[in-house]
Amino acid sequence: MAVIEIKNVAKRFGNYQALSDINLTIEDQEFMVLLGASGCGKSTLLRIIAGLETASEGEVWIGGKRIDHLPPKDRGIAMVFQNYAVFPHLTVFENIGFGLRMQKLPNDEVTRRVTRVAELMHIDALLKRYSGELSGGQRQRVAVARALAMEPDVILMDEPLSNLDALLRMEMRAELKGVLAESNTTAIYVTHDQVEAMSMADRISVMHQGKIVQAASPIEVYRNPAAEFVAGFIGNPPMNFLTATPAGTGQWQVAGLALDGPQSGAETLNFAIRPEDLRLSEMGMQAKVKIVEPLGAHLLVTCEVDGTLFRAVLDSDLAVKRGDTLTLTPQPDRIRWFDPVSTRAVA
Amino acid sequence: MTAVTTQAPDTRRAGRTVYAAAVVLLCAWVLVPLYFLFINTLSSPDTVNSFPKPFVPEFDTGSLAFFAGFAGMLSALKNSILVAGMTMVMSILIGAPAGYALSRFDFRGKEVFRLLILLTRAFPLPLLALPLAVMFIRTGLDDTVFGLALVHTTLAVPFAVLITFSLFSGIPMELEEAAWTLGCTRLTAFTKVVLPLILPGITASAIFAFVISWNEVFAAAVLTIENRTLTAFLLQNLDTSPLHLKFAGGFILVVPALIFIFAVRKYLFAMWGIANR
Repeated sequence: MAVIEIKNVAKRFGNYQALSDINLTIEDQEFMVLLGASGCGKSTLLRIIAGLETASEGEVWIGGKRIDHLPPKDRGIAMVFQNYAVFPHLTVFENIGFGLRMQKLPNDEVTRRVTRVAELMHIDALLKRYSGELSGGQRQRVAVARALAMEPDVILMDEPLSNLDALLRMEMRAELKGVLAESNTTAIYVTHDQVEAMSMADRISVMHQGKIVQAASPIEVYRNPAAEFVAGFIGNPPMNFLTATPAGTGQWQVAGLALDGPQSGAETLNFAIRPEDLRLSEMGMQAKVKIVEPLGAHLLVTCEVDGTLFRAVLDSDLAVKRGDTLTLTPQPDRIRWFDPVSTRAVA
Repeated sequence: MTAVTTQAPDTRRAGRTVYAAAVVLLCAWVLVPLYFLFINTLSSPDTVNSFPKPFVPEFDTGSLAFFAGFAGMLSALKNSILVAGMTMVMSILIGAPAGYALSRFDFRGKEVFRLLILLTRAFPLPLLALPLAVMFIRTGLDDTVFGLALVHTTLAVPFAVLITFSLFSGIPMELEEAAWTLGCTRLTAFTKVVLPLILPGITASAIFAFVISWNEVFAAAVLTIENRTLTAFLLQNLDTSPLHLKFAGGFILVVPALIFIFAVRKYLFAMWGIANR
């Protein structure tokens, strides 16, 4: 059992507030992804959990035990680094067995565990090699195997796939997800790649400027972003925004279209819709087409609505060209509203 | 258009000639004196003292044999090795931790500290020699191998710090961090991961310290009387000893230094930030 509890954690580097007010509970065997742009504090948070960095404030608990004062080796964690950190002076076998040797496990137990994880990661043919003789993908496999061999309660991964090329990354993504699900460990995975986050996570914590903006399942983060930042960060292309003005109780005027919305006393709200949730119709928003990008499966159309850039994903059979005017209607149940002052979602 | 195409090879050829000439000149600058030293060492004492001199060594060990038999020479050689050995050990023991700290930790005054390390070489040794000699006499360190090794360590430490600093900086922090998460303390991570990776470089740095001490003559001449090192011994006997002894002594001094520096050249280049192959 390894529930991770992060309580009121904050981190300052001099005058710079890297993390503030982080509260997060990660369930046993959950796959949690920390997602955010670079500099948002996600790696710092991971390093605080690992013990490579000390928090300025707050507590970290793993499996009901407070661990923020312990050195990394006593926390029951294993970590996979972005640059693999495979020891160059040791063979693959000794790399994977490094942690086990440190625990002074008997030789045959080391061999058994190393062989098992090496087979799991498909590197059993490479055990006698040195890291200089491996490709990037193989090194990353060694790094993961080394972490798994420890049979840790918690496995921490800091952008483990970001140094691999696109095809390999996709392959490793699926494989890593499978292997971790088998191993019954709690995992925290840091990435700036939203596709990685969406495809692997049980839950995503979206981080921005040292705070967790939303922690929810991938589909929830996608469908119901808790803040404008999340709406603009998740999804490719991201959500479209337009300013809405009140038009009676629960009625809002958006680009010449009257829509049902929240009952709010605000002077304006921000209307948001995903590009794929727009339909062509007789009545709707007038959109002047600026750019047409055929992407095979569908058509990405960038247009101008009410003086704002607006993207729509449309059927690829559609004959649309630059300069056309389209009439777009948002799917009512997919419309989201945000308060322009607090930037939080309004129901 | 044609003018350009015909002129370009000409300038290139001229440039290449200048380049080759520069290379030859520089090589000659270093190699010619070494070659004369080599010839004269391997000639019989009679040949050395005669004129004209041959351009081919006659491989006569007479000069070297005479040198080996010269009174006090062997103990001077032993002293040189002892002092250099102690300098080597002490400068690594002091320099390597400083190099590690400089590469791994951010602390107040780090840049000033780096500057100060270099500044230790800013004072000419003759300036320091007199007060140093007085202090050594008071503490009883004068004319001892250990006292001289201390002075040589002071000379060698800046280089040891700079070389080890660049070596440690070349080892990613993540390797150490990975070791910590795999059950190592700071110390065991150092001994199991950093040390094996850095050992060749440390050896190079140690050899460099050895050479600095081996070649040093001023402090050795001022601070020792009975226990002279080879350099000080040769300096003392420079005007009284025969020519072939000087050549043989010079040869014995130059050869180890040359071999050692050649062996560690890669790391010395790394220290100065020159890309090496």
